[in-house]
Amino acid sequence: MSLFIDGFSQAIELLASGDPSVYSAITATLTVSSWSLAVSLILGMPLGFVLGYYNFLGKQVIRTVVDTLLALPTVVIGLIAYTLFSQSGALGEFDLLFSLKAIAFGQIVLGLPIIVALTAAQVESVDKRLYPTLIGLGATQKQVLLTTLSEVKFGLMTAAVAAYGRIVTEIGISMMVGGNIKYHTRTITTAIALETGKGEFTTGIALGMVLFIIALMVNISLSALKRGWMR
Amino acid sequence: MKLAKLKIFTISTVLLLVAGLQAEGTKDTTDVVSTADAGALMMATTTSTDNTGLLDYLGPKFTKDTGVTLKWVAIGTGKALKMGENCDVDILFVHAPASERKFVDSGFGADRRQVMYNDFVIVGPKSDPAKVSGMNQNEALKIIKEKKNPFFSRGDDSGTNKKEISLWKKAVGAVPEKSDWYVQTGQGMLVTINMAAEKNGYTMTDRATWIKYMSQKGDNNSMQITVEGGNGLFNQYSVITISKERCPKVKTNLAKKLTDWLVTEKTQKDIGDFRLLGQQLYVPNAGK
Repeated sequence: MSLFIDGFSQAIELLASGDPSVYSAITATLTVSSWSLAVSLILGMPLGFVLGYYNFLGKQVIRTVVDTLLALPTVVIGLIAYTLFSQSGALGEFDLLFSLKAIAFGQIVLGLPIIVALTAAQVESVDKRLYPTLIGLGATQKQVLLTTLSEVKFGLMTAAVAAYGRIVTEIGISMMVGGNIKYHTRTITTAIALETGKGEFTTGIALGMVLFIIALMVNISLSALKRGWMR
Repeated sequence: MKLAKLKIFTISTVLLLVAGLQAEGTKDTTDVVSTADAGALMMATTTSTDNTGLLDYLGPKFTKDTGVTLKWVAIGTGKALKMGENCDVDILFVHAPASERKFVDSGFGADRRQVMYNDFVIVGPKSDPAKVSGMNQNEALKIIKEKKNPFFSRGDDSGTNKKEISLWKKAVGAVPEKSDWYVQTGQGMLVTINMAAEKNGYTMTDRATWIKYMSQKGDNNSMQITVEGGNGLFNQYSVITISKERCPKVKTNLAKKLTDWLVTEKTQKDIGDFRLLGQQLYVPNAGK
């Protein structure tokens, strides 16, 4: 228990002291997770809509595949990304290994299925009378898409929060294709793994608290947004 | 109109993004610590050089002297050699001479140079449950096996793990891999010592990591050195540049800068001066 309390007070100290290595890990984490979530949402919401709204051959197969992808371990995504980005891999010439971009790629692979699966489920759950009504009113396909997504926005927000939670806490991808390089690709989670590996448990817990505070702030702002919508 | 509210959602997403971008902007200020103009050298290294803080100590000195930024990934020697084979790094800083020679002979690496050494020690509980304190490593491992006393192995193909495997082969003929008391942690050296301490077991470590462990534990340390000083416990660290012929993108010129810098008298002295608890962690031996 004292480890936990020490960790908490050290978390405050770390944040207050402005330790450059800690702030560099925080900025790396925020940068890469924001990009990953944004791309996952931009690609995932329309794909999820298509999957939930239209009926087409093979739809069930695709849904099953997407649902299964939810269970992809991050270390496997990291390994696949490494084999792609390695100099001896298919995308080696782009020099992406050990960069934040490589981490973002892996995290999008992680976040996308969550957004697609949860968006599709939300779209399917919409009142079935909505679509004939919209089309009867002369709505275009794009308007149907936007209105439906707006109708299920709370569900989408939950999807975004769930995806962000997985993205910001993953470690397998960041470690494998980021390389945990100090001041460059070290994220909070890889820093925690490093400190734990070094036996510096208190620092590890402190960094864990920092990550928790970030997640808390994201969720507080989202719920404020939600309250704004409810009014 | 609901669409207006969707816009709010989009805006909030954009805000998240902007927060991230701004964060990237501020990153430049923290980067000052390590960024220089002469380019960046990518090194794969063993965990011990990183965990003990040696690279945090040498890295900025190297940047100051040459203008080159040193970036490193700290992984086991086995994985470091693999990354070298895949052309993913420019230079290796590792400690498994037999594997290194094979690596160079196979054409993967060139310009291998000795930098420093220390030695391996077997550490165990102060209570010494197997009563092996002060023996040589062969006798000690034999008795640990007979008494089925817990022994913690890295089990991760690191340089230390390779060495430990060779010691078992010498002492008892084979690695007691399937025995209950032989625990393969698959984790770093400090974690493995911690696990051994929790479970009253023995483990083999390089001396630098052991001193680091002692410095962390202070008065709470329940472990001690059980076996040391025997023949065959030598631990040599070397740098190897990845072969330009196999990997055209390797920054050979920067790698050479690091290699040459590491073996200079000044750097060698700095390595010798790197201490924890007043004890020297690595003995420089370039050119010897």
